[in-house]
Amino acid sequence: MSQEIKEREPMFSPKNMRLITNPFNKENPITVQVLGICSALAVTVKFEPAFMMALSVIAVAAIGNTIISVLRNTIPSRIRIIVQLVVVALLVILVDQILKAFSYDVSKQLSVFVGLIITNCILMGRYEAFAMQNKPWPSFLDGLGNGFGYGLILLLVAAFREIFSPSGSLTLPFFGTVKIVPQAFFDMGYVGNGMAILPPMALISVAIIIWIQRSRNEDLQEN
Amino acid sequence: MNKNGNLYIFTYASVLVVGVAVVLTVASISLKPFQDKNVRIEKMQNILASIGIQSTAKNAEQIYDSKISEELIVSVDGQVTSVYENGKFTKGNLRAFDVDLKKELSSVQKTKKGNLPIFVADIDGKKYYIIPLLGKGLWSSIWGNIALEDDLNTVYGANFDHKSETPGLGAEIAQKPKAGEKVFSDQFKGKKIFDDASDFKSISVVKGGVANQKAIALDNGVDAISGGTLTSNGVTDMIKDCLVNYVNFIKTQKSSNESGN
Repeated sequence: MSQEIKEREPMFSPKNMRLITNPFNKENPITVQVLGICSALAVTVKFEPAFMMALSVIAVAAIGNTIISVLRNTIPSRIRIIVQLVVVALLVILVDQILKAFSYDVSKQLSVFVGLIITNCILMGRYEAFAMQNKPWPSFLDGLGNGFGYGLILLLVAAFREIFSPSGSLTLPFFGTVKIVPQAFFDMGYVGNGMAILPPMALISVAIIIWIQRSRNEDLQEN
Repeated sequence: MNKNGNLYIFTYASVLVVGVAVVLTVASISLKPFQDKNVRIEKMQNILASIGIQSTAKNAEQIYDSKISEELIVSVDGQVTSVYENGKFTKGNLRAFDVDLKKELSSVQKTKKGNLPIFVADIDGKKYYIIPLLGKGLWSSIWGNIALEDDLNTVYGANFDHKSETPGLGAEIAQKPKAGEKVFSDQFKGKKIFDDASDFKSISVVKGGVANQKAIALDNGVDAISGGTLTSNGVTDMIKDCLVNYVNFIKTQKSSNESGN
């Protein structure tokens, strides 16, 4: 990957586009690389916090990847992990401060998990594995792609958990709460699954997603 | 240049850290006004919640201004030192809303002096006295507001919140009121902080059910949360430690009411 390419590569060359699309499927950070599981389990009780968390991680991954990539030739290899850590910490604190200023309710719900983006393995993983060897633009796309891949799973799990929870509704950002399970079901005696709001349900739903993904994608099947 | 030399590494690290520090400082200073505003609005929402008014971040300020008619500062010996009424001071120059309760409570504990805030709500011509509370739960701080009716004895409503109590157990103190369901804070309605002999009793959160014991009168106790004993004890201590400072004020207020009649 690191060899110099003489002629300028187009911005959205197939190779670059794959950086964005791969994380949705074959290289998904959560279901395939199994990175960032901790926050995926913790902030997926409701849709809206999961959405904000996904946005935050996308921002930190994309911007951080770019910064590391710009600095990559100057970073002394002996302290490269510390430099990466400083960059993540900087971005995460910024995200936290911005959420506190403009989206206070969500920042209260996410509480420590915004701070814990610092320890989210996706970020350090991508900085070390990709941004240290690649140019800024591909690095930016790689960060974006991995953020989207992470966010997609987060939203799937959150939607699944919230719809099957006793409330039977979905809190969409900017739209408010939408009732998904009709009241008639509740009147007929339907009861939401109380476990949906507990952490084990996140594990179960992530596992189901992994199962579906692997059964459809032969590249991922192990013998 | 040797990128693995000590000089390069030290210089690189210093420059990076100083740069990051500058960025963070700028962000922190420029975002502070917005963050403070959010904290103020949350405080208003909590005060309003104790008199049973639910508000959103958008309308909290407006409702607060229309419902809270007076903000008083009282001293431990019962003197009113500051009155902020309908947007201006009629006495003193300290708004109850701006008081740092934590600082004042610790100063009361140490020196018996402090500026204690009271909010007076005016709803349909009836006055309600709202006293802010702050204390320690099991893991970290808990806080809330308790609203008294104009006899300064009967509780009209209360609300509680917490920083990090155990979800499902201690954290239940912060449950929002729901239609058709009795949450923890609903139990306080109609309870009394004085006994029949006008002695201060506070309101205790009683383990095992207030109806099943004799030490605390039915009017001065509420049921604890199963599995949340230490948080419940924290609530008991918080209510007692905060309200006890207002006893002198309440007594002066009552006697002036009686002589006025």
